Order: sequence, then structure tokens, then C-alpha cells
Amino acid sequence: MPERDAGPATGLPDRMPISLTINGEVRQLDVAPWTSLLDLLRLELGLTGTKKGCDHGQCGACTILLDGRRINACLTLAVMKDGARITTVEGLAAADGGLHPLQAAFVEHDAFQCGYCTPGQLCSAVGLLAEGRARSAEEIREHMSGNLCRCGAYPNIVAAIEQVMQ
Amino acid sequence: MANGETYFGTARGRVDGPAKVTGSARYAAEFAAADLAHGHVVSAAIAKGRIAAIETAAAEAVHGVLRIFTHANRPGTAWRDARYRDEVAPPGSPFRPLHDAKIVFSGQPIALVVAEDDATARYAASLLRVRYAAEPHATDLERQRGQAYVPRRKRTGIAPPPKPRGDAQKAFDAAPVRIDHEYRVAVEHHNPMEPHASTVIWEGDGRITVHDKIQGVQNSLGYITGVFGLSQKNVRVLSPFVGGAFGSGLRPQYQLFLAVMAALDLKRSVRVELTRDQMFTLGYRPATIQRVALGAAPDGTLQAILHDAIAGTSTFEDYQEVVVNWSSLLYHCDNVALTYRLAQIDTYTPADMRAPGATLGVFALESAIDELAYAAGVDPLEIRRRNYTRTDENEGKDFTSKELMECYRLGAERFGWSRRSAAPRSMREGRELVGWGVASGAWEAMMMKTSARAALTADGRLEVATATADIGTGTYTILTQIAADALGLPMESVTARIGDSALPHSPVEGGSWTAASAGSAVQAACRAVREKLFSAARAAENSPLANADPSHVRFVNGRIVLAADPARFITVADAMRAAGLERLEEEATASPDSATQKRYSAYTHSAIFAEVRVDAQLGVVRVTRIVNAVAAGRIINPRTARSQIIGGVVFGLGMALTEESLPDHALGRFMNHNLGEYHIPVNADVPAIDVIFVDEHDDKASPLGVKGLGEIGIVGSAAAIANAVYHATGTRVRSLPMTLDKLLPEKPAGRA
Ligand code: FES
Ligand code: FES
Repeated sequence: MPERDAGPATGLPDRMPISLTINGEVRQLDVAPWTSLLDLLRLELGLTGTKKGCDHGQCGACTILLDGRRINACLTLAVMKDGARITTVEGLAAADGGLHPLQAAFVEHDAFQCGYCTPGQLCSAVGLLAEGRARSAEEIREHMSGNLCRCGAYPNIVAAIEQVMQ
Repeated sequence: MANGETYFGTARGRVDGPAKVTGSARYAAEFAAADLAHGHVVSAAIAKGRIAAIETAAAEAVHGVLRIFTHANRPGTAWRDARYRDEVAPPGSPFRPLHDAKIVFSGQPIALVVAEDDATARYAASLLRVRYAAEPHATDLERQRGQAYVPRRKRTGIAPPPKPRGDAQKAFDAAPVRIDHEYRVAVEHHNPMEPHASTVIWEGDGRITVHDKIQGVQNSLGYITGVFGLSQKNVRVLSPFVGGAFGSGLRPQYQLFLAVMAALDLKRSVRVELTRDQMFTLGYRPATIQRVALGAAPDGTLQAILHDAIAGTSTFEDYQEVVVNWSSLLYHCDNVALTYRLAQIDTYTPADMRAPGATLGVFALESAIDELAYAAGVDPLEIRRRNYTRTDENEGKDFTSKELMECYRLGAERFGWSRRSAAPRSMREGRELVGWGVASGAWEAMMMKTSARAALTADGRLEVATATADIGTGTYTILTQIAADALGLPMESVTARIGDSALPHSPVEGGSWTAASAGSAVQAACRAVREKLFSAARAAENSPLANADPSHVRFVNGRIVLAADPARFITVADAMRAAGLERLEEEATASPDSATQKRYSAYTHSAIFAEVRVDAQLGVVRVTRIVNAVAAGRIINPRTARSQIIGGVVFGLGMALTEESLPDHALGRFMNHNLGEYHIPVNADVPAIDVIFVDEHDDKASPLGVKGLGEIGIVGSAAAIANAVYHATGTRVRSLPMTLDKLLPEKPAGRA
């Protein structure tokens, strides 16, 4: 067996303590400095609702809400967000399990097919509504264009968001 | 026991919708185990040659690395090719990961680094040093076309071009109006949003449970047992949710082989998930070079059709799809010559991708028909009607049904086609040129032998099950509707189970055949349950149905009711109780009717209308309106059906305008292997899409009267958009995608 070293020679500590509020729950976590928020959620915390489509900030599947703003979790290192408040798709529904109006509208308008882009679309739409930037279908299209849907559910996604916007 | 239909034909929300919007639907890479290890694939950097050496010492020294698999230490697997051939494999010698030092395509997996966690595996993989002995490669179809050949062995299920009819060359030479051009379509990759992944759970004692991204769990099962010599009872493959596939999940992909190999060797659970750039090392829609020559009378009536296609394939498999046959299927013509050839390039084998073949052939044909319309001075819609055929002239058979004429009529009406001004470049708004185009589409309506099980329990709940998949197509929902109707239960009392290799046999979910096949099987199983239940109900003490004939009762609202006197009934639960039945389970198999198949051809059809706006100075194309009129037999669920068509149109929009895997022939690989440079349509690219389902009665294509919808939406889309672009600009673009450089007033030198 070859000698095993302690890991990449980055000069960084192996793990750093941070605190995150995830879907309302305060979590004290030890995370590697190179771990993205996306990998933290999916691989370490078992919150697999947030999806990995590219890991490069090019598809939006990993969109989550960080302090109320939509971001790509794959482009964000977890250690940079010590103290932040995070909402993932698992945290959108009410405590009693009742669907968020956008979740209900997505089901009603068939705003997805395979469902893989859906958590990202939902978090992105929640963020968009909070931004108050979209006033028309045209603007929804524009501001939702960071979230790819290979199934092509776009017209139904727009219809669902429009319904909730009104 | 004819039953009314409460759900069939009505718009229903997806039964798996809540799971998908709450994040509880789990996909292949999202299953975990306490002993889970992570594998990262190392991809070859050359297109052809040999691995001279792989240095693994540095990677092995990383803390947390468990094992590095290469061709040098790969555990033994099956020897014969047949063991690696899956259900839908084309003829040839399937690719074997880590088989030997030979490299046959760029991106070929050459090592799997397995570590305790994903980041360690990824990092260690970057430390591998590989030396290659490269050999000259050929990846340019254009250069290989001289070597094109007619494949010696045909791919199962793929009809070769029909025999020539009449004398096409002579008729073409003599025709008063002639069109003769080459059309090209670039390589495209499926790029489902979920990357391919397999999680193999080690259950102990050599047993494994495999979560695979696959469109047919039993296809993966057969592959695993064949390659690794495992017994069927020790392997179970699951795919309850598939994050899109569009054909990329028909054949088991190499991550499945690698994950199973590692799990069996390490005797622990292993997950292998591909990166987005590795998604460009799998199968793809092959590039094609097509020539279409049409000869016609002055009024546009076809006199000759010649269509030749050359498509790329790998050096180890003869991948085939139906590209040219559509040309003599869609129109009446007495003189037809169609040819289809392959040319080998040093890439992975192409794969079925949404409406494989038809998207390519119909783009060329429907562009050529449009060109013919202008040459003959006939309206593009009118020329299609004028050449209409009521029979399948390829096979000399009648159609089970064909309402394409009605698609033309209703689509044109909705679109406002009659207001179109005929001349190209004649419609303008501000700085944008406006164009309207039309195209026809067709796809074979297939049905495959499929089995299903139905189980009714004393609490009045029904479970139906078959080993098919739902890749976003709505399979769960339509099976639930069909089953609920068959036993007169509310949909809420029915559960559909799919995506489990232990369930009754189903072929891969593809080719638009799932609704007809799995749907018919589920209905048959439910009917078998119904018959048993009826006997039980009749035999029950003081049964209100004591002397009833099966034809006199109906199953509604959880009751078995005498049709003539609805006050006389027995509830399903009471009937079960009376017969002392806790569970009533039946299995049934539905097969296509071979006598009908001999006599009839079954196809779906569409007429698609597109409006584009093209910036006169910059050449930027926007699609602003689509109407797609589809004739596909009965529609089980108009809501999910509409989504299928919209999805197909969006796929076609990408094909028309942006999608292109750009090869670097010097390196022999695709350059834009990411979603930032391979452009699939985004929300802002997609206009309002109007879907019309034309009434079409069909009692032959399948027992349910349905024909399938997964493919027809895309067929014709790219041609309709290309024809609209010509109408807007007067520039005919014969190579997809129609990027703006092809439309600039002054074309830069060197690009067609
Ligand atoms: S996974 Fe983060 S943007 Fe694609
Ligand atoms: S629903 Fe499949 S990618 Fe959007």
C-alpha cells in the first residue's frame, strides 16, 4: 500500500464550523472549505430536492433561496455563507404540508414533465415574485431564463407563475 | 361488462405531481446507503489510439481513495458480444468500458476512481497521469461520406428504405419543375436535465439493488446479468423517476457498468454520476447529409422523389434509424428511389433521440417540398394537400386512420394561414421581417407486447403494475386513469407502480408506444380482475346481481351496478368480503394484433405552422407563434398530452435554431460540452404554442384507440421554422441549426 497523505496540499483546514438555518432549522455544521452549498445539501444533509444539472451555474437546477434571494447553490461555497438562511424546495410547503401557491399552480398547469428542473424553477419563481420585477408574461420569460427545462414545459411554467402573481 | 369512462379523455393533474413539486421524488443519484462509495469517471483525451500508461500512484495516495479501476486491473466480465447487447442495441460489437488499452472515441471512460466521498474521488481523478499512443482519427462525416455503405445487418425494428417504385431518375429528368439540394443537420446531444447516474446498493450475499437512470429497468437488468454473470434473482433495478432522457436512457450507459463492477468488486454500495461534460461522451443524434430531388408537374403534382441520406455511426456498431422512408410515406408519388447509408467516424455510437430519424428526414423532405411550392408558384399548404396520399404506398397498405387533411384544415384556420402574403420578404414589422411556414409530420404508431398486473384489495384499493417508465411522459397518470375506469373506482383509490424490474414484463419506454402498450396491458389485467370480482359478486348470499349476465352490469363509483336498475348494486368491498377475498390479483399480457398489422399501417400525423421574426440587419431569428395540429387517435389526458406536444415543439425549436455539438476535428471531440455553449431553448426563446388534437377514430392501432405522442411534437417543427425563415428573408438555409451567421446579408466566407 502506498503512503496516504492527508489530502490536497491546499493549506486549508479539512473542515470549518459554520451555522446555517435550513428550512427554518438551525444547523451547526462542519464543512470542507471546498464543498459547495449544493453538495452540502445533496450529499451531506440528504436534501436531494435541490438538483444538480451542470455544477457550473449554467442550468439553474440547483436554485435555492439564500436570505430570500435566488442563487445557484453549485456556484456557492458553503463556508462563505456562515449564518445564512436557506430555503430549499423541501421548505416551500407550509408546516402542515399544504403546498405553496406556486407548487399548487405548477401541478395545476402541468408546469413540468420529468420534474428534474422543477425544484429550481419553483425556488427561482419564489425569488422572482419577491423581487417584484416581473409584471407580464414577457418579463417572466426573461427573468426565468436562467432555469433550463429540457422537457420544454416553459409555456406552462409561465402560466403557473402568472396565476400566482395575480 | 362495458364500462363508462370517467377519466379516459379528461384533463387530469399528474398523480406524481405533488412528489415532484415538493422534492420528494427521488432520482437515480439520490439514493443513499451507509456504506456508499463514490466513483468518478476519467475520460480519454484522444479520439483514437492506445493507452500507453496510466500512472495511478498519486491518486491512490490520497486519503479516502478506495480503488482505481483501469483496463489493467478490471475484474473479469463476460467474453461474448451477445452478453453486452441490450434490447435496443444496433448490430455490431457493443462498447465495453475498461476492456483494454484501445481508445475508440474521445471521452471514452478509461478509469474509475472510487473514494469514500465524491469530492475525494473527483480530486484524485485529476491526479491520474495518462500517456497515449495516438493514431490518426476521422470524425468529419463530410470527409468520410465517400466511404458510406449500406449496413449489412439491419437493426431490429428499423425498416430499411422501401424498394424503388417506377423509375425515379427518368421521371426526375423529364419533370417540368425540379428541386435538387443537399440538407444537413448537425450533431445534437440529448442533454436531459438529470445527468446519467447509477447507484448500486450492496445488499450482501452478492445481491444488489440498482437505481439506474434508464427508460427500461428490465433492459438494465438483462445487461447486468449478462455482463456480470449474475442470477436474475440477485439483481433488482429501479427507476421510479427519470429526470428526462429523450432516448439517452434506452440503452444502459457506461456508468451503469462501472458502478456495478465497482460494487461487486468492493462488496459495498457505489454511486457513479456523470458530469455534464461527460454527457457529451454518450450517444447523440447523428449528423446527416441528405440529398432530396423532387420532380413535379407545373401544378406541383409530384412525379419523382429521390432521397438519399448518409448518417454517421461509430466504428463498432451500425446504428440505424428511419430517415428517408418518410418521403414516400407522406405523399403520393409513382416514381420513388430512397437510399440510406452509414459512414463510420471515431465517436461513440449515435443513439435514438426524440423521433429518431424522422426529425432528420422530414426536415429535408419538408424543406424540399417548400422549395418546390415556390418553384411551382403554388401555396406551400396547397401543394401538400395536392400530393396527399390515403394509403401507405411504401407497404401497399391502408392506414388504420389518417386525419392529416383535417390537421391541415384546422391548423391553417387557427393560424390564419389564408392571410399569408405569398412572396418571400413581403411581410415586415419595424426592423423585423416576418415569415410564416408550414410542415407536415408523421411517426409510426407502435404497440409492443407488454404485461401488467392488477391487484384489488378488500379495502377497495387497486394497484396496477408493469415494468415500464415515466420519463416525464405522464405514464403514472394515464395508467391510473385507465385502471380507475376499468373498475369504476375513483383515481384516488388507484396506485400505478412502474420502474421496477421485478414487475411484469415491459419493453423499454420509447418510440411513443408506451400509452398503447402499457395502457392496454393494464386495462386487460383490470378486466381480468373485473371478471373474477363479478363472479364473486353474483355468488354472494342474497346478491342483488344473482342472475345477472356479465353484459348487464357496470362498475361505477366503487359499485357493481345492474345497468337496467341502478338501485340494484353491490359495493366492490362487499363483494370481496362475501367471497372471503383479501386480495384479487390478475396478470395479463397485451400484444399487437398481427392480422391487423399485416393489413394496415399505423401512423400519427401532424401539421405544424410557425411564425418567425428575423432582424433584417442582424439575422437574429425569433419564433413568435406555433400552431401544431396533431392526429394521434384518442387522447387519454389532454393536459399531459398537450405537454408532450409542447415539449416536442420546444425540442424542435432548439434543433432549428441553436442546438449543435461542434466538433473540433483536429482533436476529434466536441468542443461545446456544457450547457453554456450547447444552447437548448430557454424560457425567453419559447413563444405561445397552440396545440390542437384533431378527432381521429382508430379501432385498429391499439385496443385503446391511442397512437402515442412522445415523438410527433418534434417531427416537422424544424422544417416549419426553416420554411418560415425562408418566407421572412428569402434566404433558404439548408443546414441546421440556422444560426445567425447563415442569415447575415453578407455571409462571411467559408460557411454554407
Ligand atoms: S447545477 Fe447549478 S446551475 Fe446547473
Ligand atoms: S420538467 Fe423535465 S427538465 Fe423541466
